[in-house]
Parts: sequence; structure tokens; C-alpha cells
Amino acid sequence: MKFLDEFRNSDLTGKYLQAIKATIRQPWTIMEICGGQTHSILKYGLDQMLPDEITLLHGPGCPVCVTPIELIDMAIGIAGQPNVILCTFGDMMRVPGSDGNLLDARARGNDIRMVYSPLESLKIAENNPDKRIVFFGIGFETTAPTTALALKKAKKNRFDNYFVLSAHVRVPPAIELILSSPENRVQAFLAAGHVCTVMGYREYIPIAENFHVPIVVTGFEPVDILQGICMAINQLERGAAAVENQYSRVVSENGNSMARKLIDEVFETTSRKWRGIGEIAGGGLSIKPDYAAYDAARVFGPVVAKVEESPRCLSGKVLRGLIKPPECPAFAVDCSPANPLGAPMVSAEGACAAYYNYSISRQGPIGG
Amino acid sequence: MKKQPDNRAVPMSAPACPVPPTNYENILLAHGGGGKLTADLIEKLFLPAFGDPALDERHDGAEINIGRIRLAMTTDSFVVTPLFFPGGDIGRLAVYGTLNDLAMCGARPLFLSAAFIIEEGLPLKTVHQVADSMGKAAKSSGIRLITGDTKVIERKSGNDLFVTTTGIGIIEHGLKISPQSIMKGDKIILSGDIGRHGTAVMACREGFEFETTIESDCAPLWNQVEIMLRENIEIHCLRDLTRGGLATALVEIAETSGLRLEIEESLIPVSDQVAGACEILGLDPLYVANEGRFICFVPEKQAGAAIGLLRQSAPNAAIIGQATDTPKKDYSNIRVVMKTPLGTSRIIDRITGDQLPRIC
Repeated sequence: MKFLDEFRNSDLTGKYLQAIKATIRQPWTIMEICGGQTHSILKYGLDQMLPDEITLLHGPGCPVCVTPIELIDMAIGIAGQPNVILCTFGDMMRVPGSDGNLLDARARGNDIRMVYSPLESLKIAENNPDKRIVFFGIGFETTAPTTALALKKAKKNRFDNYFVLSAHVRVPPAIELILSSPENRVQAFLAAGHVCTVMGYREYIPIAENFHVPIVVTGFEPVDILQGICMAINQLERGAAAVENQYSRVVSENGNSMARKLIDEVFETTSRKWRGIGEIAGGGLSIKPDYAAYDAARVFGPVVAKVEESPRCLSGKVLRGLIKPPECPAFAVDCSPANPLGAPMVSAEGACAAYYNYSISRQGPIGG
Repeated sequence: MKKQPDNRAVPMSAPACPVPPTNYENILLAHGGGGKLTADLIEKLFLPAFGDPALDERHDGAEINIGRIRLAMTTDSFVVTPLFFPGGDIGRLAVYGTLNDLAMCGARPLFLSAAFIIEEGLPLKTVHQVADSMGKAAKSSGIRLITGDTKVIERKSGNDLFVTTTGIGIIEHGLKISPQSIMKGDKIILSGDIGRHGTAVMACREGFEFETTIESDCAPLWNQVEIMLRENIEIHCLRDLTRGGLATALVEIAETSGLRLEIEESLIPVSDQVAGACEILGLDPLYVANEGRFICFVPEKQAGAAIGLLRQSAPNAAIIGQATDTPKKDYSNIRVVMKTPLGTSRIIDRITGDQLPRIC
């Protein structure tokens, strides 16, 4: 397939591997931010190809993984109210809350629908004027613009039955949190290409300077990732700490100005609890007061939820890059995609699911 | 039933009484998805309750011997939304699906029954179109639709129709076609490109704003099997790739046969359109449903001949891998391994529940 096969080409991956091997002189630890990158690494076995000096740590860039359990419980609580249709992305359906997930809630008879876009949920609102439609909006800066667009359209067309429960999160504060931790092992980052498509990479320049850490905006295909690693290693070996853009076929410095404008119009940054990580200042996007009438968190009031995380799940350590999934004692023993203890075992972007689904070594010792 | 070692499976001493299968109290949609939950339901609930050795074969149908006559019998229920989709409809699906399950037992399909559960309010015209389609599909496949039943249930959503077909076929050769017959070294042949049915149906679901020209691959498979049998290809196992796709079929066969299966990603044909749709939707074509494709295990020395015969009617048929030794102790629960185009390897496992679209 054009525009994809070129980036899965074994000649090119070989070329970048050679370049990495020719450059590297000492061990380095690199974190890829996005769960999509983690899945590519495991799916294509890129971790099997890299020299032993490179340790890849898997970052927190899995939006459903970091969605706090309180918000999932709240979504399930809202779905249980009369005349409500709860809509969300498919990936969110299996993430465990305190008492089951959205699929379980649907099996109990609640009307919970999977949509590909918030605009689909707006159409459902239009077609069901006697129902209250709540879109559970999750994702990073990538999905926030379409949620913003749906809210803008709802306001413009004076919908009185459309609401959004915002669980949108922002990447840069999470990077700062990881770098500020005394336990931090990360020496360079592969930044998430899709997030930067929307936001550009200006926000990353002060982070690279302040923490003296190379940040390479990187795509998702095998060639992208190996080139991104190659650029990071080049910087590390030279002692450089700049923001570079590997994903230049998609990402520009300023990103997509229209999408950014939409986010600014509807959302404001807020402190948000990230599942497994904790409160991150500026780590979330909440709905501005102008749109209060559409904010499910306000309209449906505080839902008192009994929040219960499994004590056996070490996903917090996985999400902060402190351990790899197979190092968790519950991995593939008590915890599997069929019976997940934590969100990273469920999501198509979760690091634990990536190891479970693709890695030959999931039952054996792992490298790195 | 032959149990394979799997440290995630329940111990053999688990009670065979009606305990809730898996950790779920209610049936989820995923229990019908062909993945892990479906396997749990069959192994932990239905098999202990039915307790017949014929079920242990875990094949698409059962073989019954009456005197010297070898018959095969199979049954299947069909639920699909929408009822009519590009390349087919529920009627054709119900005829070909059951016919194909018989073909996968190496049986020439002969007779078919059809039972309908119809929701109150469904337009009669729809029922007529489906029945007409079934009649045509049966006639063109040379089988007889000889008995049936109809039930009407109270209105719920107003547009549902469920069809169950049961088929009987005759086995006219001396082979035992089943996962247990697979030998180390057997080649795995795939009869064509994968993922068409699942993407075609998904793309035309209501509320789904995604347009493609992909058509379902819904088609009868007996002719392709028959031509190989006629030319004395020693077929060891056949499996049609329905829900759960190629990946699930391989995992099921590997588990039943006790062998490890090795496939190569670059040898698996996927059309550009299906690959593109899957890329956008975040689906893996290996797990997408098909209705007119099968895999076939044959001895290595006959693989070339088998491919030649299949390609007369299925030009994209390809050898995608082989069966190898029982896995080493360390990785005993890894049954299917796929070599990626980059030369690395990854495991192929059952999918848990339905494939859910990713976020970004």
C-alpha cells in the first residue's frame, strides 16, 4: 500500500539499524511516548533488532490507560441513568472501572454505543431528541479537536440533549513529570507524531533545554521508529539536547492551527489525575465555563464512586517507564487481555497488551 | 478431549458442573465473537454439558458412520447486520456457511435444512429476498434444501432475522481430515486474500461513515476442495476462515493438533483496499472475518500440486507457512508464530472479544 509499504521496508530498516550500530558507543535508555509506537515496536519485533546498548522504555501515551478510574466509574454511573445513551471510542469499552467495564454495563442493559468520532454521537443526539446523549471524550491532543468541534456544533445548533464527559489529557506535562522524578531513567524521548501533528513541537523546546534531553518527534511505522532512534542516539552520543522532527512528512513546528484554535476555544488546561501516575498539573483539558451547559461532569453532578484499583497491578510503574510489562508479577499470570487488572493490558495502545499479544518472550526472560 | 498444556487454562480437575464460564456473569457480545470468550463458553459450559466424544474433534462438523457410509453433519446460525451487504446477504451466507463447514470435513454437501427466527414487523419483501437468495445459492451449489421451520418473535428493534441451517454431506474418500491428522512438515495453504467479508459488512453498517467498494468474499468452497480430492491430494486438515479470521483458525488448529504453526506475514495475500480499510479502522486483517476462504494442510511434497489446482479458481492461493514440532517447554503456550517482513517474529494468539477500533 502506497505511503505505508515504504515505511515498512526491510532495506530501509536495515540502513537505519546499521547507522545506529555505527554510532552507538555506550548504553542509552530511550522512551517512546506513544502507545502506538510501543505496539509497532513489539508487533514488528524492532526490540529484537536493536543493539543491546539500547533500552526502550514504554511511555504513558495510551489515553485509555491513563484515564482515571473515577471517570470510568462516572461514565458507567451516567450510562445507568434514565434516558441516557453513552457514546465513546471502542478502545475504552474494555478498560476496567471499579466494578466492571463499559461492556459489562452494556450487558446489564445500559445503552452504550461505540463511535468512531464525536460527530457521530452528535448525530445520535439529533436523531434521538427524547434521549440525553453523553460522549465520553478521551484521548490526547489528537482527539481533543474533534470533541471540541462536536461541542461547538452542539452549541451553535442549540442542542439541549448533548453532553461531553471530558477525560482529554495533554502530553508535555507528563514528560516533565517523568523527567522530574528522582527515579527517572529516560535519557531521550521519541515524541508522539500524531499529537505533534495537531500541536506542533514548540512546547517541547523548553523541555529539551531545561532537562537537557533530546526529543525526536517520531512516526509510527518501523522505518520511522528506527530513524527516530537513530536521530536520538546521534544526539546522545554528541551530548546534544535538541528537538528534532523525524515525522516531517506530517508534522510542522506549529502544528495544525485550526485544530489548536478549536481546542483553545472549548477547553482549558486543568490539573488531572492520570491513572497509575497521579495528579499532573496542567495534565488535562476541561470544558470552559462558556460550554458549561454541555459539560457532563457539571450537568450530571458529582457521582460518588467507590474507587478500587487492583493492588496487584503495577501499571503505574509501567506507565512511568520504571519497569517493563513482563517484570510485573501479575503479567500473563493473573493479568491477561481476557481478565485485565489494569488498563494497559486492554488498550490497543497499552504496553502490557503489546507484550502479551506480540512478544515471543512474553513467558521468558526479557532483555533490556 | 485432548488438552494441551497451557498455564492460563483452567486445571483439568476444574468442576464440570454449571459454573459460570470465565469471570463473567452475563453473556457479552464477545462470547459470540469467536475469540477467547467463545472458546471458554464451548470448553467450560457446552462440552461438559453435552459430553459426546464426537465433539472432542473440535472440527467444523461431526462425522457419522452408518454401515459403510460416512456422513458429515454440521449446523450454524447466522446473524448479520445489515441483512444485505456488498457481495451477499444473510441467505447466501446461511447456505454457503453450512455448505462450507461440510466441505471442511471433506464431505460433498447434499442436504440442507433452514430455520428462521423472524422479528415481528419485518417486511415480507425482505423475507422473500432472503428466501430467494437461499434457493438460488442452494441450486447453484447442487444441494437440496429439504426441510425448515419458522418462528416469529415479538418486536424489539423491528428488523431482525436469524437463520439457522443444518447440513448433511457424504464423505467419499478414505482420508481423515481433521487437526489430529496434521503432520510435522505439512505446508499451510491459504485459498485467497483475507479480510473482505468483515470489512465489507463493517463499512456498510448504519451510522458508520466509511465508504469502500470492498465486497464480501461469500462463496461456496466445495469445488476447490473437490478438485484437490479428485487429484489425490492427501489433505490432512481443512478450516474455513470465518469469524476470528485466519489468526483464530490457526490458533484453534494448533491447539487441537498439538503442533506449532509458523507462518510468514509477507506471504499472506491482503488486497490493497482491505489493507487500507483496516489501517484506517485500526483492525488487524488477520482477525477479520471471511466467508469464502479456507486453509488447507497438505504434505510438503504435494503442496505445489495443490496450489496449482487451487489457483485454477483461486488465483491468490498461496503457501503461507508450515507445521513444525511441538513447542519447546519454555514457550509451551505459544502455538502460532509469524515471521514479520523485517525478519523478526511475533506470536499470534486468540483475540479477546471483538476487535475494537483504536482511538488515534
